[in-house]
Amino acid sequence: MRSAFSLSQDKMSLWEKLQQLNLGLLFLILITGGIGIAALYSAAGGNMDPWAERQLVRFIFTFFIMTAIALIDISWWQKLAYPAYIGGLLLLMAVEIMGLVGMGAQRWINLGFIQLQPSELMKIAVIMVLAQYFHALPNEKTKKLSSLIFPALLIGLPVALVMMQPDLGTALMILFGGAAMFLMAGVSLWLFVALIVLAVASIPLAWYLLLHDYQKERVLTFLNPERDPLGAGYHITQSKIALGSGGVEGKGFLNGSQSRLNFLPEKQTDFIFTLWAEEWGFLGSIGLLFILFLLMIYGVFIALRSYSAFGRLLAAGLSVNFSLYVMINVAMVMGLIPVVGVPLPLISYGGTAMLAAMVSFGLIMSANIHRNKKLPRFPY
Amino acid sequence: MEKQNDKYKTFSRRAILIGGGQLLLMGGLTARLAQLQIAKADQYKVLSDRNRIDLRLLPPSRGIIYDRRGIILARNEQNFRLLMTAEQVKDIDSFISQLGQHIILSDEEVTQLKERIAAVPPFIPVEVKDRLDWETVSKIEVNLPDLPGVQIDVGEYRVYPYKDEVAHVLGYVSAVSKEDLRRSGEQLLRLPGMKTGKVGIERAYEKNLRGRAGTKKIEVNVSGREVRELERLKALRGDAVILTIDHPLQKLVQEQLAQHKSASSIVMDAHSGAIYALGSHPSYDNNLFSSGMSAQTWQSLLSDPTFPLTNKAVAGQYPPGSTFKMITALAGLEAGEINERTKVSCPGHYDLGSDRFHCWKRGGHGSMDLVEALSQSCDVYFYDLATKIGIDKIYETAIRFGLGEKLDFDLREERPGLIPNARWKLGHIGRSWKKGETVVASIGQGYMQTTPLQLATMCARLVNGGKAVRPWLTHRVGPFYRPTVEPDRMDVSTTHLALIKRGMDRAVNHQQGTAYGSRLQDLGVDMGGKTGTAQVRRITQRQREEGIDQEAMAWRSRHHALFLGYAPLDNPRYVCATVVEHGIGGSRTAAPLTREIIKKTLQLDPASKAPYVGDLESAKETEAQPI
Repeated sequence: MRSAFSLSQDKMSLWEKLQQLNLGLLFLILITGGIGIAALYSAAGGNMDPWAERQLVRFIFTFFIMTAIALIDISWWQKLAYPAYIGGLLLLMAVEIMGLVGMGAQRWINLGFIQLQPSELMKIAVIMVLAQYFHALPNEKTKKLSSLIFPALLIGLPVALVMMQPDLGTALMILFGGAAMFLMAGVSLWLFVALIVLAVASIPLAWYLLLHDYQKERVLTFLNPERDPLGAGYHITQSKIALGSGGVEGKGFLNGSQSRLNFLPEKQTDFIFTLWAEEWGFLGSIGLLFILFLLMIYGVFIALRSYSAFGRLLAAGLSVNFSLYVMINVAMVMGLIPVVGVPLPLISYGGTAMLAAMVSFGLIMSANIHRNKKLPRFPY
Repeated sequence: MEKQNDKYKTFSRRAILIGGGQLLLMGGLTARLAQLQIAKADQYKVLSDRNRIDLRLLPPSRGIIYDRRGIILARNEQNFRLLMTAEQVKDIDSFISQLGQHIILSDEEVTQLKERIAAVPPFIPVEVKDRLDWETVSKIEVNLPDLPGVQIDVGEYRVYPYKDEVAHVLGYVSAVSKEDLRRSGEQLLRLPGMKTGKVGIERAYEKNLRGRAGTKKIEVNVSGREVRELERLKALRGDAVILTIDHPLQKLVQEQLAQHKSASSIVMDAHSGAIYALGSHPSYDNNLFSSGMSAQTWQSLLSDPTFPLTNKAVAGQYPPGSTFKMITALAGLEAGEINERTKVSCPGHYDLGSDRFHCWKRGGHGSMDLVEALSQSCDVYFYDLATKIGIDKIYETAIRFGLGEKLDFDLREERPGLIPNARWKLGHIGRSWKKGETVVASIGQGYMQTTPLQLATMCARLVNGGKAVRPWLTHRVGPFYRPTVEPDRMDVSTTHLALIKRGMDRAVNHQQGTAYGSRLQDLGVDMGGKTGTAQVRRITQRQREEGIDQEAMAWRSRHHALFLGYAPLDNPRYVCATVVEHGIGGSRTAAPLTREIIKKTLQLDPASKAPYVGDLESAKETEAQPI
């Protein structure tokens, strides 16, 4: 721990930074990515094509992006918080307008090499901008309700845009992520209690005004899967069969009958945890859950070590965001919550989700490397 | 800095709260995982297997049918079929033209193929053509790589090597009918390409011949397509059936019958009731039914006025004519109304009130005793006898000797015939019985209807010393042998039977007998018998006076010719009943025909040889290829 104080200087050499890269975290990310590729190999019936190979390429590519982000000075990320947020908003609006112009409901922009989903990146931008806002906010003002109006707007705008897509899952994740930022910034707990009461009270209102028919369908089916065993409830039922039939030891790699025989829907994306659990059983799946838990906790630990409020809030917020992904996805495939279409980060097949997860861990690592850096209230 | 510290402290507390929340929620997820994968694992394993495992039926091989010598009368042959799976074919039309380089498909076949494709999900193979010859099969096998979605599959089809020679006995198989499905819920019947017996032995022993379906457990994917086989339970071949038919004799019978437009004949063992030959002409090629015949052939079979599809030996119903006189005679003897010496004078006609009944012989026979009356077939003798004993005695004797009721024969095409009496007439026609009808019935005319099978049975019971034999056709069906049961003794006087037999002897072997021209010569064995000529149209007074020439009449109006024969004379072993439809007269056509058949029967002497016992292992596991 020789470096702990020497790193308080503003300038660090690249070598010093590389030494500060958290190897444990890198190792966990490599293992998780490997598990994802193995699962995709199995999803294709023991083939690299069509998913595993492309996921491997993405993983390697985004791994370098992550490392680069980690090495860039955190003050740059502080400076980028508002521009990134505004850019994200513009992209969301662009998607919305494209939908209006008649290309149908779309959630992504085709960049050729990647189908970019702006809402995925927006989750990170919201956390960055809130981290910066609370970093700049003097401590005594955090208890004041008036100082919460602006950050509430920062959350509300993207939530509204995403709801219009419509993408309930992502909207809720941005909302929860933002709420977690409020909590960690020191906003009064009473306010949270009040908000939760308000939220519960507004459920009926949301039901009639905000939810689309297919979303209501999902909720109703979730509450009673037998209501539609061959339709919407089919996914949940088949996923539970796959999980349960895996038993303690699993059916063995490449031997998951539910997924190989296509009873399991969306096995390469949202239901990839089920595929893994069917083939590797309870032992394999708690192993995976444990690794994912370690990844979450790493973020919290890094936050606790970080000197600047921006770094703390960034790392903790991204950790919460990652946790939301994992928990919503796993709870969904286990039939604990409705099917909302949230991928399992680092494992599910998909470019944007992989990029978003790697960018998040890059930022968390940057907060770790630059944990002793003092940041000004306003970077501009 | 203090403020910064405050901020840090708040953050630390709340970050730990967050971390705790993460731990708690992940713990919750783990608990749920344990519930699914440990507590409920067995339950979900069952559901998972139910998802992936499907049971498919394997069609069994149909049982073989043998004659009593072990000659195969019905067997199965490999059926190479060309199948295609629509989902693997891009464009059906170009596929068909590509296929046209290897096999020829008619326009009709192409239309049928397209219909079949449209009827099933695209991953289920449909039949393009069956009965491919080896040359075509090998040509297609070689070109398989260029023909995606094509496969060759091996099934079985039924072959009757002797075609029309045994068709009426064997019957045929054809596609499963709605009627079959209604009668039996067996899943096997729903297999595509499955065939069931529709007539004859094929129908009578359908359940035994069909065999038992095998099953294979396969793993299927979500759209029901087979991924791999997990387990196989072989199908059980259908039971073999060994018939009492002697094929060489059967062949001769069928050939002999072919001299006439429409005729049938049965050779039966007088003591056991076993049927050695059962011929009905015209016949048909029963192979046509299993291969699928053209609509034209089917129509011509249906509209043929000689009914080639009807087994006339068991389903043809004819007035017995004079062959019935033995029954009337026996009824008179048993009633004590006549004896050996009772004589009746025949002036050529018999008057009952104002009605006059003619004897076939113009001018009459003169004074006749019973034996003479039988051998010369004097009608007046029986007219007189019948009016004395009445219809009920005649009826009762006829029933005892196997007429007027089904004989519980193997072939379900069997018809009951009809022996009329007063009660029957009242019930069915609604009029009371007239004495004149008794007169007509005494010589087997009027309402009376009998089948050749019944006449053969009657003849056997008359000559075998009074044993109530029944006709039968199968020595063995799978593991079941026909038990050798001595037929019941009939309560009938042997003296009376001897008298009847003497009449039948004289009919053939006495110069004045009606069948003298058909007696057996230079064989060292004699036969007995009785002719019969059954009127189809009523003979008018004018025709009678002019002396009608039957040959000048339309075929449909001519008399039926019948003959019942048995041999050897002193120790009867075989009986033969022959009916030549519109054959003009018993002595003219039916008797010579029967003589040839009996001659051959005596030569072959089937009764002296033990029947084929069959391959004791015939019930072993065999199966057709999956369809």
